[in-house]
Amino acid sequence: MIKVECITVRAGQKVLLDNISTVFEPGKMNLIIGPNGAGKSTLVKVMSGQLKPASGNVFYDGKELRGLSDEQLSRMRAVLSQNIDLAFPLNVLELVMMGRYPHFIGKPGPHDEQATEEAMRFFDVWEMADRNYMTLSGGEKQRVHFARVLSQIWFPVAGQPRYLMLDEPMTFLDIHYQFQFMHKLTDLLKDPELVVIGVVHDLNLAARFGDTILLLNRGTVLAGGNKEMVLTKENILKAFQLEPFIHQNEKTRSLNLFFE
Amino acid sequence: MGKFSNRYIGIYPILLVVLVITTLISIKFGAITITFEDIYAALTKVYRSRDQLNLTERIFLDIRLPRALTCIVVGASLAMSGVLMQALFRNPIVEPGLIGTSSGAALGASLYFVLGATFKIHAGVWTLPIAACAGGALSTLIVFFLSRNKIGGNRSVVGLLLTGIAINALFLSGVGFLSYIARDPQARSITFWNLGTLSGANWYSVIIIGTSSCLCMLWALRYTKHLNALMMGEEEALFLGVNIKRLQLTIIAINVILVAIATAFVGVISFVGLIVPHLLRLTRGSDNRFLLLGSALLGGILLSLADLAARLLLMPAELPIGIVTSIVGVPVFIILLRKNNYYF
Repeated sequence: MIKVECITVRAGQKVLLDNISTVFEPGKMNLIIGPNGAGKSTLVKVMSGQLKPASGNVFYDGKELRGLSDEQLSRMRAVLSQNIDLAFPLNVLELVMMGRYPHFIGKPGPHDEQATEEAMRFFDVWEMADRNYMTLSGGEKQRVHFARVLSQIWFPVAGQPRYLMLDEPMTFLDIHYQFQFMHKLTDLLKDPELVVIGVVHDLNLAARFGDTILLLNRGTVLAGGNKEMVLTKENILKAFQLEPFIHQNEKTRSLNLFFE
Repeated sequence: MGKFSNRYIGIYPILLVVLVITTLISIKFGAITITFEDIYAALTKVYRSRDQLNLTERIFLDIRLPRALTCIVVGASLAMSGVLMQALFRNPIVEPGLIGTSSGAALGASLYFVLGATFKIHAGVWTLPIAACAGGALSTLIVFFLSRNKIGGNRSVVGLLLTGIAINALFLSGVGFLSYIARDPQARSITFWNLGTLSGANWYSVIIIGTSSCLCMLWALRYTKHLNALMMGEEEALFLGVNIKRLQLTIIAINVILVAIATAFVGVISFVGLIVPHLLRLTRGSDNRFLLLGSALLGGILLSLADLAARLLLMPAELPIGIVTSIVGVPVFIILLRKNNYYF
């Protein structure tokens, strides 16, 4: 579980996050939505330890983030960020192996090779293992990074939760891979010790896959909870200045938003 | 399984064999040609007094062999420093000569030449390497911090190169001033420094540069993984548990020691650190562990060849080796610039 307590982040005079408190439960698909500039990425940065907040605390299952070293964090928490560009050509296997760096000194062991292979097979990129990363398409690159990030926390550790944070992971994916990726994430969530937090733009995708949704607006929490509570006409109008038609299917409990 | 580690193994023996061959060729040819029989005869008499050796054997033991070995260790030092710099700055066109390390080291060394004699500053055999290291560290740190973007903390290539040009100009004008006020023999040795020359190589330089390059290689090998992670950017490296600040300072320290000690003995030799990692990347890829070990070997090979060219082209006179490496290196640099589309 990740607990965020009274987080405030400022950049100069501008308040990016204003006294935010929330909780992300393990075993659930926690999705963060909100308009541009709402503070979604900033919140992920604070939780991942990349950005120090002006005030407030983040707790990883009761342990204060400040008390965890970069090395300790890197063995249990993986982050996928937006737009990663590689400075030098590298083959795909080597790139995915970077995910295992926190786990070995010197050369990778059989354990690490197993993790990378399994993670790569899981995201259907094992066939690309020998290809040069630079020659991949945007979507292929994205899937390679999924494999890398997941290989970092591939093996469950007893009594030790794992944390996966995704900042707009779907950017370069077509609708097929978006759904495939979300289904795979849902599969991974069978592990009750895994905490998944993802920032998504597509409200319908959030409605389809999110167990809990956090709606941010101007650095504050506008709504949080299950999709019926968050994706209401009032909330969407307030955050996005667009009025949605919300179609709810009582039988399948699915929820769709349309805009005109 | 095993797919990962076997990728690079095959290239090391090839490089090693080529290194031995180029070194033997480099020893053999020169103003006097030394036969393999002479080499063998000299090697059996290593521990005897020099008076008992004939001229060819003495040339081999006291001139050619230390010079060839200096070539190897200097080439290794400069090439490894190129690998480290490129990984640290996340850019394939960075080179110790371009970002001020060499000119800083040259200034430190010139200061020692000119002022050391005047003020009787002398702390044993390490004075020259220490003076060069101090100068190299100063100039590198200035470039490193000035080229940092105030907002994002990222370095743009243009900003980096321009800062490097400015700092290079500053330090080289310092060297120029020193050679202007220096007495004639001092001025001459400073000039040689700027062009790079291996003619002063002896056993003492072999031992000091060899020690520093071996220690720095072992030190740097511990960080190749971190440098690989840095390829994806500072943020991603942080997520993989890399302490960025500590890594940056450590790598700069290793670099300064590698480049400054080599520069202290042989002067400014440019472009070795640029070409060698680039050639290796073409053969296998960019894993920094492979690049570091491979560069140590290929750097020695290329500098031995450059030294051979420097000695043979204008025989019996000798060309400064820095001129040879620049003639080869500048076109490679320009091709790299064009290929990567860095337009100014």
